[in-house]
This record gives sequence, structure tokens and C-alpha cells, in this order.
Amino acid sequence: MTTTLATLRGLSVSYRREGAQTFALRDVDLDIATGGRLAIIGESGSGKSTLALALAGLLPPEASLAGTIDWPGLDHVPVAGRDIGMVFQDPGSSLNPVLTIGEQVSEGAVRHLRLGRATARQRALDLLARVRIPQPQAALAAYPHQFSGGQRQRIAIACAIAASPRLLIADEATSALDMIVQAEITELLDTLVREDGMSLVFITHDIALAAKLADRIAVFRDATLVEVGPARQVLARPSQDYTRSLIATHIDFSAPRLIDERA
Amino acid sequence: MNRAWLLARRRILSSIPVLLIVVIGTFFLLEMASGDAVDAYLVTLGGDAGLAQSLRERYGLDQSALARLWLYAGSLARLDLGFSVAFNRPILDLILERLPNTLWLMGSAIAMAFTFGTLFGIVAGARPGSAADRALSIGSLALYAVPSFWLGLVLSLVFAVQLRWFPTAGIETIASGKTGFARALDIARHLVLPVSALGFIYLALFLRMMRAGMAEVWRQDFVLAARAKGLARRRIVLRHVARNALLPLVTMLGLQAATMLGGSVVIESVFAIPGFGRLAHEAVAARDAPLLMGIIVVSAVLVIVVNLLVDLAYAWLDPRVGSGEASS
Amino acid sequence: MRRFALRFLRSPEGMVGLVLLACLVAMALLAPFVFPRDPLSIVGRPLIAPFTDASLPLGTDRLGRDVLAGLMHGARASLLVGVFAALVAVAVGTVVGTVAGFAGGLIDEALMRVVDAFQVVPAFLLALAFVSVTGPSLPVIVFAVALGAWTGPARLARAEVLSIRERDYVAAARAIGMHPAEIAFKEVLPNALPPVLALVSVIVASAVLIEAALSFLNLGDPNIVTWGSMIAEGRNVLRTAPFLSIVPGFGLVLTVLGVYLFGEGLVEAMAHRRGRQ
Ligand SMILES: Nc1ncnc2c1ncn2[C@@H]1O[C@H](COP(=O)(O)OP(=O)(O)OP(=O)(O)O)[C@@H](O)[C@H]1O
Ligand SMILES: [Mg+2]
Repeated sequence: MTTTLATLRGLSVSYRREGAQTFALRDVDLDIATGGRLAIIGESGSGKSTLALALAGLLPPEASLAGTIDWPGLDHVPVAGRDIGMVFQDPGSSLNPVLTIGEQVSEGAVRHLRLGRATARQRALDLLARVRIPQPQAALAAYPHQFSGGQRQRIAIACAIAASPRLLIADEATSALDMIVQAEITELLDTLVREDGMSLVFITHDIALAAKLADRIAVFRDATLVEVGPARQVLARPSQDYTRSLIATHIDFSAPRLIDERA
Repeated sequence: MNRAWLLARRRILSSIPVLLIVVIGTFFLLEMASGDAVDAYLVTLGGDAGLAQSLRERYGLDQSALARLWLYAGSLARLDLGFSVAFNRPILDLILERLPNTLWLMGSAIAMAFTFGTLFGIVAGARPGSAADRALSIGSLALYAVPSFWLGLVLSLVFAVQLRWFPTAGIETIASGKTGFARALDIARHLVLPVSALGFIYLALFLRMMRAGMAEVWRQDFVLAARAKGLARRRIVLRHVARNALLPLVTMLGLQAATMLGGSVVIESVFAIPGFGRLAHEAVAARDAPLLMGIIVVSAVLVIVVNLLVDLAYAWLDPRVGSGEASS
Repeated sequence: MRRFALRFLRSPEGMVGLVLLACLVAMALLAPFVFPRDPLSIVGRPLIAPFTDASLPLGTDRLGRDVLAGLMHGARASLLVGVFAALVAVAVGTVVGTVAGFAGGLIDEALMRVVDAFQVVPAFLLALAFVSVTGPSLPVIVFAVALGAWTGPARLARAEVLSIRERDYVAAARAIGMHPAEIAFKEVLPNALPPVLALVSVIVASAVLIEAALSFLNLGDPNIVTWGSMIAEGRNVLRTAPFLSIVPGFGLVLTVLGVYLFGEGLVEAMAHRRGRQ
């Protein structure tokens, strides 16, 4: 029996820039199940990141939102960081270059769980161990530039789950990484979500990844939700031409690409 | 700490040729002046051609310019800056006697400008476009355009002549017999106006840089990440945005050291502070080329030292320095 | 280009800067017509208070010279020094930077150490020394100020050359067989110019301030009237006639402000244009 964590009804988001208004999301109806794993796919500019920001309440001031987001699965309005953790695309820039890893991993927990100095440190240590950073003790005092891209993304994930959120949103968390690291991060996300019983919203361009990780898939195009359904069904029997073409192009591209890259 | 040491060594090594160029350049610049130190000596103290001849021989002034440059460089290496005819004293003594006043003046001006510049810059940059931001950026722009010596005059007119809050001139009350804390307080009172006159333009500069830097940092991914952690706004502004925006300011601190030293020449003249800058003015007025030369060389050393300190501070503030991934 | 001008005119900074500078230029240009007499000549009783004599609206100074005439003629010195010092500095700096960037190796290293050397000596001290050695006259002051200002453009030009150097069209020019110097001055220089120009407003402003400070210290051209020398002159009667020092100072403030605002408007308009591309 699944309960619903969040329901989006008639959600529209528009950005105002230099007087002109552009819609990044238009009239979206979507449910996020508690403990579910929702993949969001769609081409660049289709509004995926906007959806993530709207869920977390992090839309910039130039954005205006219409419609509703309700949280029947929570007994309060969610707070970013405490109830929702976010992981972003570029691990190179989503960590503050001049603060120690220890401070950055623990600051969310310090804020939301009201931890003291020592407990915060212990918490950061545990988190770094959980995301499998080698020598977490030494990592506490280190800075982002001393880690590889994959390790930085693990650290960013540790930051995101520091306050044990109910929902984890990963916005193209693996796109900036190379193949092997991508697989590792995917596996890590899978493990963490399973162990903590978190819900996951996973934004990606990569349909194969969506198929692997998600139980439901939502397809976006030009600010609108094209189709949504169980992963197996969307992939095997897409109801929309657009989804079909997405799946087709993915297959077209993935086969020869490996060869191309070596040439 | 090893990182800092490596950095310092590299900086010191690379500043040797720079200092050499300064010495050579200044030497030939002053070579262009008509008359030498002996002429100046004869004008002030009197004497005949025979004395002039023997003096020139004694100081090697009858030799070619290159030979004299060599002599000069040699004595510099022994920390001997020569003899000031105008003051009838060794130049190094003279400079060392004047330097502390200028260092106090500059140090206080930098500290004042940096502290208030960053503070107001944070206030302005915390909410770009807010009323506080607008007021501060207009105010700082106006302040930035004010010539320091004129500001000094206006400040002394208002606060020293009319309101009599502060003394008009000097570094301390002469022959007051004050010691210890009372003397420090006396000096501080004398420094308030000159420090303001010298420092306000840098305050405006730091404010504007801090504000612009913060506007830049607000757009960075890690700030969105910090917001996504649900941190308090205060922490985001101070720990994430301001902390990063501070870095270019520290670099600017080094770049401005030379400008500020130049500015102290005028300010010390306005407030009659017997400092290093005023000495430069006096050297020019007395046509004492060797003294001027010594002043330029010492100021170059001073600027190099300040820059070294600033580099070390930067390395301490930015963990990326020296790791091959330093931000440009 | 027209769109650029429009953008510039629409930015409040640029507009205010333009108006201030236009007033200043008008003052400088009209001065010899409105006050054909040498502004250093004595026209009346000393220390006539401002607004008391219709023929001398701003009164006279300690020696009986017309303050308004001095103010208008003073604009000429500030503008001349500002503009020409910046021209010299940018010209010299751009050439040195371009040569260093293109030559690379030992020449680059040597030139950059020279740039360093000029940067560790306070510009004002350098100008002071230069003027004291060569004697105060307007061209000397222009050169003295430029001496401390060319390093900025040199660094910028060099950086720009290094980044442009490897781009396609330089390679293409090489392939055609153009001489490196020809490539430098025909292809690279025009491209390196815009960011250098952005620096110009800062240089002009500091040139105006340095000239003022020099003449304040009695090291300006003694044959012309400058705002700095007027402030110094008024200082002798600061307690009784503060007006004499304060008014020329406002001239300086407005000039520098105008230059900064104008520059900011330009940079903003340029940034928009680049953002578009
Ligand atoms: N801050 C903003 N101001 C104005 N327009 C914006 C802003 N952020 C996004 N947009 C616009 O909203 C639309 C959707 O952007 P969004 O970032 O949500 O797309 P996306 O699906 O995440 O794309 P990508 O796959 O490239 O990340 C785009 O047209 C984008 O230009
Ligand atoms: Mg996106």
C-alpha cells in the first residue's frame, strides 16, 4: 500500500526576464509516492530543474508559481535541507571551495538537528563513511579541490542527506561524471534510498539510468508533462510519440557512441 | 605551513630582479637632474671649486654613470643608502626615523578601510537591489571620487578648526610629556582625521568590490546548494557568499599598498605629519636626489613586503593556493 | 553601434556621467572666450566674497584673482592631463603588453619584470620624482602621470593577446605567411582593445587626481591655473575664506565622478552587447 508524499496540481512556473515571461512549467499534475522512485526525463530546457526547485521551495525571486503543491505524506510544509535533500549536477561547483568538507557536510545537520560541535563532527564522519569516502577522518579537514569529481559528488550527497530528509532530489547528479563513476554514484543513491526509506526524484537525460533506478517515469517536453507511469510501462509501451522518439534516439545514439569517442 | 613557506620563498626570489630594475631605473631617472649632490651641498653650505672637486672624488661623483651605479648598488647591498646633504644625516637614519609615523598612518587607514568597506559591502551585497544597497553604492561612488588631500582639508576645517574635536596637525602634542596610554591616546586623536582622509577612498573601493563580488558569488552553484540545505540566511550571507567574495579584496589590498603610500605624501603634507611621505616632498623641495632615490627604493621594498604578507594571508584564506587549482 | 549608443544612453550612470563630462568640456572650451584675460592676472581687491560683486560672481582670491575664471580655466588642465596621460599610458601599455604576449620567452619575462618594477613604486612618488627632475610643465606632468599608469593596460593587453594568440584566425594569418609583428598589430591588437578601454576611465580619473595632488604640492605647471593649485592657494586663508579651497575641490569631485560614471555606463553597455552575442 503506497501513500502519497506530494501531490502537484495545475502547477505552472514562469520566469520573468527583461519584461518577457517564459513558462518553464505549464499546468503539471503529478504525484510523488512515499518511498517511491520517480525519474524525470526530458530534453534540455523542458523544465526539469524548475520542477526540482519548485518542490524544494527554492525558486528564484524572478519566478512566479501558480497551482498547488500539497504534502499529504508530511504533517507540515517541508523545509529544504530538513525534509528535502538536493544533489546538483556539477560536483565541481556545488561545494564551497573555501570551507572544509567537515563544515559543509555537518552544517545542515547542525541547523536542523541542533547538534553540538562534537556530535556534528561525529555525524559528518558517519555520513562520509556512508558515502564511502576513503579516510573520512582526514577528509573532515580537507577542502573540495582535494577530491576527485566522483568523490565530490559523494560528499555533495552526504551534505544532502545530513539531516535525514524524507525526499532526495537528484538533479542530473551523474551527468557530469564519466561512465564508471556514474554507475558507482547511481548504486550509492540506490543503497542510501533503500536503507533510509527515502523517496527519490531522479532527474536525468539518460533513459537507461531512469530504467535502472526508477519505479515510475515522468516525461517532460516544452514545460509540459507528456506522460507519466510505471517505468516498465513507459519504456515498453509508451503512449506518446514523443516518448517513443526519445527512447528511439537513445538507442540510436548509445550504440555507435562508444566507437565515436575512441576515434 | 609548508605551503606558505614555499610561496614566500618564490615571491622573495622573484622580487630580486624587480628591485634591481627599480634601482637602475631610479638611478638613471635622477641622473637626468641637472647638478649633483655636491652642487646642492655647495648651495646650502658654501665652498669653492676646489672643495667641490675633492668632494666629488671622495663620493666617486667624478666617475662615469655606470661606475657610480655600481658603487650605489654596492652600498645598497650593505644597507647604506648614502648621505643626505639637505638634512646633513645618513639617509637610512632619516628614513627609519620617519617610517613609523607613516606605517601607523597607512596601517590604520587600511584597517579602517578594510573593516568598514567589507562590513558595508556585506550589508549592500546581502540583498542586491535593496534600498540599503542602492544608498551604499551611490554613497561609495561619490566618496570614491573625492581627492584625499581636499577631503583632508575639509575634514580639518570642520572637525579641527570649527568643532575643535581633533587637532589640526602633527602626530602628537609636542613636548606634552605624555607617556604610555595617554601618549597612545594623544597619537590616536591626531591620527583620526588623516586616517579618514587617506582611507575613505579605499573604504569606498572595498565596499564596491565586496558588493560586486557578492553579486557574483550569489550566482554560484554552491550558494544554491547552501540554500538547499536550509541554512539560515545569515550563515549563507556570511559563511558562503561573503567568505568567497572576500578573496579578491585581499588581493586588492596588496595592489593598493603602493597607491596608498603615494597618497600619504599629500596627506602628511596636509596634516604636517613628519612621516616618510612628507620626507619625499621635502627631498623634492630641497632637490636632494640621493634622498629621493633612497625613498623610492625603500618604498618599493615596503610595497614588496606588504604584497608578500598579503599573499600569505591569501594563501591562508584560500585553500586552493599552491595546489595547482588556484582560482585566477 | 546604434543599439550600443541607445543602451548607453538608457543607463542612468552613463547618462549622468555624460552630462557631467559635457559640462566640463563646455567649461574648458568656453573658458578662453568668456575669460580672455590670463586667469592668473589680478582683477580686483583681494578676497572679495562670492556673490557680492556682479562682475566677479565668485569673488577673488588672496591675490585678487578671479575665482570663476580660475575655475573655468582649471577645467582645461584637468581634462588635458586626464585625457593625454590616459592616451599615452594606454598606447605604451598596449604596445608593451602585445609585444610581451607575442614574443613570449625571455622578452616576455623581462618586460613583465619591468612592469612589476613600475608597480611596486608608488605612482605618485614616481610622478613626484620625475617632475622634480625635469621641471614642472604640462607635457612633463602628462608623461609623469602616464609613467605610473601604463602597467595596467600592459598586463591586460598581454593577457588578452595570450588568450587570443592561439585562436583560429591567428593561425590562419600565420599560414598565409604574415609576419608575427604584422599579425600582432593588425589582428590581435584591435581585439585586445575593448577590455583595455574599459580600464581607461580608471586611468583618466587617477590622472586627474594625481595632477591635482602635484599642483597642490606646488609641483604643477606654474604658468597655468589648476584646481589643485587653487586649493593650495586657498589653504593659506582656510579659516577666513574656506570657500576658496572648497569650490575647486567640487570641480575635481564632479570630474572624477563624471569619468567613473561614464566608464561604468560604457562597460555596462558593452557587457550587454557581449551577452547578446
Ligand atoms: N532563473 C531563470 N530565469 C529565467 N529563465 C529561466 C531561469 N531558469 C530557467 N529558465 C528557463 O526555464 C526553462 C526551463 O529551465 P530548466 O532549467 O528547468 O530546464 P531543464 O529541463 O532543467 O534543462 P537542462 O536539462 O538543460 O538542465 C528554460 O527555458 C530556461 O531558459
Ligand atoms: Mg536542469
